[in-house]
Amino acid sequence: MRFRSYAFILSLFSVAVAYAELGDPQKLPTAIAEYDFDKDVRALMELSCVHCHNAEKDKGGLQLQTRELLLKGGDEYKAVVEGKSGDSAMVHFAARLVEELEMPPKGKGDALTPEQIGKLRGWIDAGAPWPEGVILQPKQKIEVAKHDKIPPTQDPLKLKHWAFQKPVKPVVADMGAQIAELKKSDPTREAEFSKLESWAKNEIDHFVLAKLLKENLVPSPETNLNTLCRRLYLDLVGLPPKPEEVEAFLQSADKDRNEAVKELTDRLLATPQYGERWARQWLDAARYADSDGYEKDKPRFAHFYRDWVIQAYNRDLPYNEFVIEQLAGDQLPNPTQDQIVATGFLRNSLLNEEGGVDPEQFRMEAMFDRMDCLGKAVLGLTIQCAQCHDHKYDPITQEEYFKIFAFLNNDNEAQPIVYTNEEQMKRGDLFRQIGELEMGIKHTAADWEQRMNVWEDGVTALKEEEWKPLVLDYDMDSATGEKFLLQKDGSYLAQGYQPPRRGLIIFSKLPAMTVGAVRIEFLNDANLPANGPGRSLVGTFAITSFTSELRLPGKENEPFKFTSAVADINPAPDTPLRAQFNESGKRMIGPPAYTLDGKDETAWSNDIGPMRRNRECEIVFVAEKPVETPADTQIVLKVGMLHGGPHNDALDGNSMGRFRISVASKANPELSQIPRPVRTVLAIPRDQRSEAQQRVVFNYWRTQVPEYKEQNDKIEALWKEFPEGTTQMVLASREGGRTTRLFKRGDWLKPDYEVAAGTPKVLHPLPKDAELNRLTLARWLVDDNSSTAARAAVNRVWQSYFGTGLLISSEDFGTQSETPSHPELLDWLAVDFMENGWSMKHLHRLITSSATYQQSSRVSQEMQVKDPYNRLIARGARFRVEAETIRDSQLAASGLLNLTMGGRSLMPPAPAYLFKKPISYSDFNWVDETGENRYRRAVYTYRRRTTAYPFLQAFDAPDANSSCVRRIRSNTPLQALTTLNELISMEASQALARRMLESGVKTDAERIAVGFSRVLGRKPSESETKELLALLERQTARIRDGLLDSWILATGKGEKPQSLPEGTTPTQLAGYTVLARVMLNLDEAMSKE
Amino acid sequence: MKYLDTLLADQQRHVSRRWFFRECGMGLGAIALGQLLGNDAQAGLANLNPLAPKQPHFAPKAKRVVYLFQAGAPSHLELFDNKPELTKWDGKLPPEDLLKGYRAAFINPNSKLMGSKFKFAKHGNSGAEISELLPHIASIADDICIVKSMVTDAFNHAPAQIFMNTGSQIMGRPSMGSWLTYGLGSESQDLPGYVVFSTGSNGLSGGASNYGCGFLPTSYSGVPFRGQGDPVLYLSNPAGVDDGLQKDSVETIRRMNEERLGIMGDPEIATRISNYELAYRMQHVAPEVMDISKESKETLEMYGAEPGKSSYANACLLTRRLLEKGVRYVQIFHEAWDHHGGLTPGLKNECGHTDKASAALVKDLKQRGLLDDTIVIWGGEFGRTPMVQGGGDGRDHHPNAFSMWFAGGGIKKGVTIGESDDFGFNAVTDKVHVHDMHATLLHLLGFDHTKLIHRFQGRDFRLTDVFGEVVKKMIA
Repeated sequence: MRFRSYAFILSLFSVAVAYAELGDPQKLPTAIAEYDFDKDVRALMELSCVHCHNAEKDKGGLQLQTRELLLKGGDEYKAVVEGKSGDSAMVHFAARLVEELEMPPKGKGDALTPEQIGKLRGWIDAGAPWPEGVILQPKQKIEVAKHDKIPPTQDPLKLKHWAFQKPVKPVVADMGAQIAELKKSDPTREAEFSKLESWAKNEIDHFVLAKLLKENLVPSPETNLNTLCRRLYLDLVGLPPKPEEVEAFLQSADKDRNEAVKELTDRLLATPQYGERWARQWLDAARYADSDGYEKDKPRFAHFYRDWVIQAYNRDLPYNEFVIEQLAGDQLPNPTQDQIVATGFLRNSLLNEEGGVDPEQFRMEAMFDRMDCLGKAVLGLTIQCAQCHDHKYDPITQEEYFKIFAFLNNDNEAQPIVYTNEEQMKRGDLFRQIGELEMGIKHTAADWEQRMNVWEDGVTALKEEEWKPLVLDYDMDSATGEKFLLQKDGSYLAQGYQPPRRGLIIFSKLPAMTVGAVRIEFLNDANLPANGPGRSLVGTFAITSFTSELRLPGKENEPFKFTSAVADINPAPDTPLRAQFNESGKRMIGPPAYTLDGKDETAWSNDIGPMRRNRECEIVFVAEKPVETPADTQIVLKVGMLHGGPHNDALDGNSMGRFRISVASKANPELSQIPRPVRTVLAIPRDQRSEAQQRVVFNYWRTQVPEYKEQNDKIEALWKEFPEGTTQMVLASREGGRTTRLFKRGDWLKPDYEVAAGTPKVLHPLPKDAELNRLTLARWLVDDNSSTAARAAVNRVWQSYFGTGLLISSEDFGTQSETPSHPELLDWLAVDFMENGWSMKHLHRLITSSATYQQSSRVSQEMQVKDPYNRLIARGARFRVEAETIRDSQLAASGLLNLTMGGRSLMPPAPAYLFKKPISYSDFNWVDETGENRYRRAVYTYRRRTTAYPFLQAFDAPDANSSCVRRIRSNTPLQALTTLNELISMEASQALARRMLESGVKTDAERIAVGFSRVLGRKPSESETKELLALLERQTARIRDGLLDSWILATGKGEKPQSLPEGTTPTQLAGYTVLARVMLNLDEAMSKE
Repeated sequence: MKYLDTLLADQQRHVSRRWFFRECGMGLGAIALGQLLGNDAQAGLANLNPLAPKQPHFAPKAKRVVYLFQAGAPSHLELFDNKPELTKWDGKLPPEDLLKGYRAAFINPNSKLMGSKFKFAKHGNSGAEISELLPHIASIADDICIVKSMVTDAFNHAPAQIFMNTGSQIMGRPSMGSWLTYGLGSESQDLPGYVVFSTGSNGLSGGASNYGCGFLPTSYSGVPFRGQGDPVLYLSNPAGVDDGLQKDSVETIRRMNEERLGIMGDPEIATRISNYELAYRMQHVAPEVMDISKESKETLEMYGAEPGKSSYANACLLTRRLLEKGVRYVQIFHEAWDHHGGLTPGLKNECGHTDKASAALVKDLKQRGLLDDTIVIWGGEFGRTPMVQGGGDGRDHHPNAFSMWFAGGGIKKGVTIGESDDFGFNAVTDKVHVHDMHATLLHLLGFDHTKLIHRFQGRDFRLTDVFGEVVKKMIA
């Protein structure tokens, strides 16, 4: 927009009182009620009307770019009368009913068709609704635009959309000339304008000031230092400053304001609290949660990922690497555990394990969610719109959607075990000790190797039976919704709902043979927790009982009995079942014979402790007597699995994960007892084995040698000391990948043609000959040539500082987005960000050191009217801070805050009924934290998808059901109820009361000043002090009158606290609690000013 | 300078309105702005309440909604959809072509058919067929519109419930109640616009997403009320704080916030001031509304409500009390109908819990003149299979046909719409898809369902996605 003087603006509003004559409404084309705003109104007006009626060119005093302007009308005519198209000048002119006012004028465009006018009428009659935020822009008329349905991929305007072009660093405007011109145009304000010559502190300010001057505005004065200090703390670390920190800042700013800001910024960026504050923004985008969502909403373990994000911010991991590790850390050369954990990013999708689900459907839902997340969080594009059809507005086809999809469709939904640093050290130490003991065995007897070979020769002489794998069918009722997916190797993978206690009935046809034994092999699978082979959270299963029947052709079912069972994994007899499943404490696991003992308390399981339970294994059932089975014999297998947990809501199943069932004419118990990994090695000729393989043989063999008992026992004891670790959801490449097909209408049940991995044409190309894997996609996304990645990243940071991004729609840089408020600044920041190694901390330094950032946030009514959303940034940002910052501020101001970092997510107190039926689908074990853990930062609060933590929810923390890159900021009465009445808020008031009384100052007014400083970082005004003193007096009187119980008020409980601040009374403590509660509830306490 | 003043006043008006449109997310067409903005800027400021009442697109037939959500999915074959032919097939396998391409949740689709466990009879002048399990609903047969041809897309509880309430199977879209409070605001100054009860034996499969506001501002989210104890989260003062202290504190906060408003000029402070006052009022009004002990004996008896208990019956009575106070949308979630086994005792039990109170609510609204502009909805998230499951007395999830009923607020009275086939398996005539139901309800509430939109992530979202036809047959 060009510079406009007041006189010019006034000319726009020379309102005519009487409106001129229109034509005969009867002659208008008939109104058509069905219209499409985008096509029939927006596109039409942009092509035919807005060229002459806009902010620069306002023919007839009419502007048409917004609904307000349209309704205001022109100098002589009301363009549109809401609901009355017959009275609207626009349609009369378009229908050419008013002489010399035919619109568009001859030579300026084609006359509208009766249909076009009819639809305009329909729209006006409907009240001329206008989608929020739409501002019409004059569009050039191009030949192809005549067609109704020009696809965005062929629309030159859309292909040329600014956000699809690589950002180029614009030249920073020279303000001198502009300011000089201003001085000339209004000499009375010369002094004011002169000051602006030195206003800018860095490049940001040049762009902002240039825009302000164009709007005939000047920046606000610098904000006062107290406010600036609090602003920096809230922005950079999400906590208010302590009073002494404010003092220190004031002193250093006294010497050199710019230097003080720089120093404080550096200091805060170096504290770990910076990562905790800023990680939250990415965790929203990554839809991080601690539970699965949907009905069961099972707990999941994702906090390693959360901590990885926090650490990544703290060590200023360049944003491009940050994204690459999250999308493909596992595909980097020699990935570290951290890099694998980072891939939890895409795994934060919801997971439905409700009874009866089709597991593939919900894998697909998760895939669609990952695409959505990738689009919003990294690309800044609404690619999910192209799931069902070509993108309606942006040049992205449905096929291109599935090309990106194809990059992500080749993974297992893996949950490996990961370890903390302490656990890693412990593991290293145990491995070392075990290694030393093993070496010790080798040293005691020089002939160990010959003896081992003799043993091995004996074992290899045993011959493997011919096992025939069975094709299974199962009784649906007994499966209660669990689904078993046939794998290529004849095994079955259990997915979907896992009932905790049940008997699975399996049927199979037997070939003509002699049946003397049944074998179940339990196999690993990357899609099982801890790699399986069971489905419990640690990869275990338990078999309570195993019985069988045979139905020979034409006969009734007959029992097929087993006399013994052998397995290659043998828990000690009477080992207690894992506590999670063992509510009575009486249930046991033990040797394979437990499956045949007829007892419901006992079971055979693979749970022989950490590190060793998650290997493949087998159990063989030996028949009482072999049976000849003619063709068409059916075998019925009943697998009792009653050793899950007590909750019927699938929170703790303990059943088979991946298994293969086979039959043979007889068993070979001696062989079946040797662990399968050992047998695998033994199958390799001795001279071809690696050292590690040979060690596998040794480690089994030594357990078979009685004279090594002492060492074996020691080693066994050491194995028990291994840490459990924690499962973590990550991506893991799947052997052979998957074929991706385009889904018709986006419906996974309607696969169409095959689509190869690739990227949308409108964006920068993939490097030539790149391998089509996730790593390539990841690198492509954050390539320096990307047009949106850096813009999206810097825009989100800007949004956190200023309340709105330079582009409002942080999630959508596409053609439907509004123009950024400062397009050049956005590009400058994006390029500068890349030039500085995609460093977030660099960006923070740039923003906080700008004059733009340091303006006062006071707003005059005039400015509020002129720029209600502060899009021009003629003042500092003032807004209610995020949910987490409100909580953390309460804790920090009251001195309760515990700054311990990382680890499991915490459950601060919340009303218990929220987690119980019938508010929660099933009872959830929310255990209120006690002690210090009550007061950890809110980023560590447990995020349960179906029961949001109410305090955070009230202040718009997102529910993690989908990626969120822009939070809503609401202002509701429920927020008031929360900060007034919620338990921790009250505890914060009580603690703050103590701080005020313990501060060492003597008068009430001084103590109030201490409280103010802790909460607001400033001294109270006289009237504020008076207000609080009066409240203290009134309520102290009520305490004295016995209307309030001071102990309950001051401590929340009837019991007396252990100590009172020295020299104070319970009445004082109670009275100050009242004051603290008011301070913490002030609008300012929840706002950044 | 006079011109400048005119300009500013003019812009103030524009800006306030625009601000309202944006901040309050009102992309609606005709809105009575006068009542929102008042005559002067101050009133305009004070009225920037997102829940202030608004006008819909056209004159509405209904102003309020009660949704009696029978979660877990009751069997249509035992309650509303009488199938004598199915009884004849009892114990036989279903005809092969019936099951072509059928995806089942649990059941082996090739299970035997099972006839209805209960008898049906015709009721009222309309002769609606209703099960013996629902004598009270039968007694209002001439006030309701039964739809026997409901169809949905999902057959697992969580996605189907979310679909029924938000028009999408994916969590995170605004629920119908949120769309309505977004479109209509609330007539209550002291209570939330959208109130939710949960009364079943379990919680909701779909959880809070069923009444969530999705991407709309939180003011439009359903607020869970409890029949017992604190009716709203954090409604009670903390231990040690009495009403006198609360009032004094809230007033002190107001005066101090006003001082800050004077310095900073940020209208958000004004909104916060009014929200603290509303919160304080709610602390008094909500417990009063939730106290049913002063209802007459006859009323309590009519619903089967007992003061102090948490039950479906109590929730129905509370619903009427909330509607009288201007609450826009009340939803009772009764998750208890998932009868894979134990269908016969299960249905008896749940009908016992809900039949009388559901009918009582309709009767009570009618006698108080509220039924004319209140829509009552009764139904679950899908139906159940005609095939047997669970050892001879259960039915599986089934999306292809199920029954719901509607009453009041412009709904046709005493009619039955649509039919399913002889097995109650597929809806065959006058199919009403969930999207169609949403379109119809919005229509009755004065909205063109294609125009009640909210722009998010670069596109306009609506309750009916890109689907939905108004079902004219349901409209009086």
